[in-house]
Amino acid sequence: MSTALESKVRIQREDFSVTDEIEAIKKSSRNIGGITSFLGTGRESNKGETISELNFEHYPQMAEKKLAEIREKAIKDFGLIDMSIIHRIGNIEIGENIVLIIACGEHRQETFKACEWAIAELKRTTPIWKRETTSKGEVWVQATP
Amino acid sequence: MMVTVKYFASLKQMAGKEEDQFNVNEDTTLEQLSELIEKSVPQLGNMVREKKVIISLNYDVVPLDTVVKDGDEIALLPPFSGGI
Repeated sequence: MSTALESKVRIQREDFSVTDEIEAIKKSSRNIGGITSFLGTGRESNKGETISELNFEHYPQMAEKKLAEIREKAIKDFGLIDMSIIHRIGNIEIGENIVLIIACGEHRQETFKACEWAIAELKRTTPIWKRETTSKGEVWVQATP
Repeated sequence: MMVTVKYFASLKQMAGKEEDQFNVNEDTTLEQLSELIEKSVPQLGNMVREKKVIISLNYDVVPLDTVVKDGDEIALLPPFSGGI
C-alpha cells in the first residue's frame, strides 16, 4: 500500500518532517552517495512589511502535474537517483515549513545543481500562489526571481 | 460545445467566482473565448489579450491561438508565486 511518505511529489496542508522525508527517499537506492535538500520556510517580513500570516493556494491536478514533470526532468537531466518535492498549501504560520526539495545522487555535484534548478523551475512553472497578511491587509504576492 | 473556464487566486477574487461554463462554436480559439470571458468578467478580457495572465488548457500552458474542444478545461492563472 502506498503511504504519503512514499509519494515523491506531494501538495498537502499538513506539515512534513525533513528527517522522515530524507529517510524515506534514502530507501530508493543503496547507491545514494549525496543528498541535497532545500527547505523553504515562512519569513516574517517582505519589503519592509511585517507579515502575520501566509496562505498558499494551488490549481489542483495542474500543480501536481508540473511538480511531477520537474522531478522527472531533474532526474533525467542531472543524472539523479531520485528526487522528492513537497509543497504545503493553506494557512502557514511564520517559521513553518513551506516547501521541501530533496535531490539524491551518487555524488554531490549533481544534487546541488538539481536542487537549485528545481526550486527555480517550481517558481516558474507551478500554479501555486502566496497571499500575505500584513497590517495593510491581504496581498497576493507577485512572482519573485 | 461546452468548455469550462476556471479562475484562480487574485483572478478568482476579481471574478467573484471560481469558474464559468461557455457554449462555443467549433474552431474557437482562446483569443476568441476571451471575448466571452470579458462579458462575464469585464476586467479579464484585456488582461488575457495583453498576456497579463497565464492561460492553461487541460493543465498545460498554451498560446492564445490554440483551438478549444468540447469538454476542455481552461484556467486563467495570475503569475505564480509558490516556493519562497
